[in-house]
Amino acid sequence: MNILAIDSSNKPLSIALIAENKIQATKTITTNKKHAEQLLPIIDDLMNVANLKPNELNRIVVAKGPGSYTGIRIGVTAAKVLANTLNIDLVAVSSLETLVLNVQSDDTLVVPMFDVRNDNVFTGLYEKKNKKIINLIKDQHINIDDWLEQLKLKQAKIIFIGTDIINFKSKILDYIGDNANFVNGIDNLPQASNLAFYGSDKEVVKNINELTPDYLRLTKAEVDWKKTHPKEVNKKYVEKA
Amino acid sequence: MDDIMAENDNLILAFESSCDETSVAVIKNGNEILSNIVATQIKSHQRFGGVVPEVASRHHIEEINICIDDAMQEANVSYDDLDAVAVTYGPGLVGSLLVGLTAAKMVAWAHDLPLIPVNHIMGHIYASAFNQEIVFPALALVVSGGHTELVHMPKKGVFEIIGETRDDAAGEAYDKIGRVLGLQYPAGKKVDELAFEGKDTFNFPRAMNDDDNFDFSFSGLKSSFINTVHHAEQINQVLSKNDLSASFQDAVVDVLVHKTKKAIDDLDVNEFILAGGVAANSQLRNEFDKLFNNNYKNIIFEKAPLKLCGDNAAMIGAAAYPLYQLGVFADNSLNANPGLEFEYKKD
Ligand SMILES: [Zn+2]
Repeated sequence: MNILAIDSSNKPLSIALIAENKIQATKTITTNKKHAEQLLPIIDDLMNVANLKPNELNRIVVAKGPGSYTGIRIGVTAAKVLANTLNIDLVAVSSLETLVLNVQSDDTLVVPMFDVRNDNVFTGLYEKKNKKIINLIKDQHINIDDWLEQLKLKQAKIIFIGTDIINFKSKILDYIGDNANFVNGIDNLPQASNLAFYGSDKEVVKNINELTPDYLRLTKAEVDWKKTHPKEVNKKYVEKA
Repeated sequence: MDDIMAENDNLILAFESSCDETSVAVIKNGNEILSNIVATQIKSHQRFGGVVPEVASRHHIEEINICIDDAMQEANVSYDDLDAVAVTYGPGLVGSLLVGLTAAKMVAWAHDLPLIPVNHIMGHIYASAFNQEIVFPALALVVSGGHTELVHMPKKGVFEIIGETRDDAAGEAYDKIGRVLGLQYPAGKKVDELAFEGKDTFNFPRAMNDDDNFDFSFSGLKSSFINTVHHAEQINQVLSKNDLSASFQDAVVDVLVHKTKKAIDDLDVNEFILAGGVAANSQLRNEFDKLFNNNYKNIIFEKAPLKLCGDNAAMIGAAAYPLYQLGVFADNSLNANPGLEFEYKKD
C-alpha cells in the first residue's frame, strides 16, 4: 500500500510517503515559507524520489486540525481533493494526536499543545498504553491556566509535547511540578512518517466530500450571531445557484 | 469519447473561489459551457450583513469536492478528456482563494494536466466571450462589489488598467446605502428595482466627472446619500426610498457612463465590454445600449451574459483558453495573490 501523509496544521510542514510499510521519503520544514507554495513541490519531489505516479497512491492520511486556520485549510483541502479525484481512501487524524505519535515511552499521559495566543491553547489529554493511543480528554480550545488546573488533579507523570511548549514551560512547572516531562528538540515537530504508519490501518473517512478541518473554534461573527439567534441550528447556508 | 467531441477540442476544468461563491466549470474551446456549478454562500453572509472571510473559506472547503464532482458529471467528461485546469489566483480574499487554488493544483497534479493561473478580473471580462470572441483593441468596464475598473486591452493577452476607483467599488456603495435603506445584503438588485419606480430628485454629486483622468470615486456620493437620510430622520421627514434609490443609481450610472465615454473617445478600440456583478444592473445596461446605439455605431458593445455577471468558474475557463493557447502555465508553487493587479497605465 502506497500512503501519502500530510501535516500542514501549524508552522512546521511535514510530508511523508510510505510504500509496503517502509518510509520511501519524508520531509519536514520549519521555515517561514508559505505552505501553499511548499506543499505540492515537496509532494512532487517525494513522489519522484520514490518513483511513484499519483495514480499509484492508495491512501492519503491528513492531520485535520486543530491548528492555524490557513494551515489546516490547505492540508485538508489538498487531502480531500486528492483522495476524491484519485478515488482512493482518506484517513483524517487530529493534529494533536499526530504529535503524540512521536512519544516512544509507554504507559504515560501525553499532552500536546498549540499556542493560540492570549493565554489560550489547542490541546487534549492522551494516554499511551500497551502501544496504543487513547484519547482521555478531547481536543479543545482552552485557557492555559484552566487546563493546567485540570491536569494537576491527575497527579501523574505527564509528557508535554509541541514546539509551542516552550512558551508555557514555567507555567507548566508551576502547576505540575516534577510530574511534568518534556521532549527534546526535533521530537516536538510533527512527523508525517509516523502519521502515515498510524493511518495505514485506521478507519477511513466515509464521506470524503463532507470532511472539514477541526477548527475547534467558531469565528467571532458566528459566535455573536448565535447569541442573538439561539434557536437557529444546522440550517443550510450554501445553495446551488 | 462522445461524437460531439472532436479530436482537437479543448476542454478546461476551471475553478473560482475568490469571494463567497464556490464554482467549478468545464469549458469547451473557451466559448461553450459544458457545466458551470456555482455554490453560493449569500444566505450565510446575510446573517452578518456582508462577507466574513473566515466563514467564506470554511464554506468553500465544505463545497469544493461536491462542485468538482457535479461539474465533471454534468459535463459528462472524464479526467482523461481534459486538456488543462484553470484557477483564479487573485485578486480576492486570501483564505477563499487558497481553497480553489489548492484544489485546482491537486487535480492538475493528480492527472498530469497543465495549470493555468487566471486573474479574476480577466475572468469577468471574458464572460463576454460566450457571446462572441473579443475583437481587439478592446476596452472593458468591470464593476462589482470589489472592483470598478476600466481595463484597456490593446491586444490579446495584454491588460492595462487606465482607471479605477479611488475608494469604494460601485457594488460596495450599493451595499452601504442599501443598509441605510434597511435592505438585505447584497442590495444591488433591490436598489435597481426601487430606482425603477422612482425619480432623481436629490441630485447627488457626480464625483470626478470633470477630472482629467479615468478614475472613479463613490465615497462622496455615499456620504451625501447617508447625510441626506440622517438629516431627514432628525427632522422626522420621510423620504421616498424609490426616489433615493433612483437618485443614487442615476449618479452611479452617470459617472460610469461618463468616464467610459471619455476613455472611448481617448482610445481607438473596436469593442467595449461591460462586465462584473454590477453589470447585471438594468439601468446600467440600458444606458450603455443607448450610448452605443447613438454615438458609437462602429464599436462592438458586448455585455457579459446576465447569468455570468456574478462570480463563476465558466468565465475563468473562458479567460484561460487564450492563456492555454499562449502557453501561460503555472508551476506547482503557485500561490494565491489577494492583491493581484493588472499594470496601471497613466497616459
Ligand atoms: Zn468578481
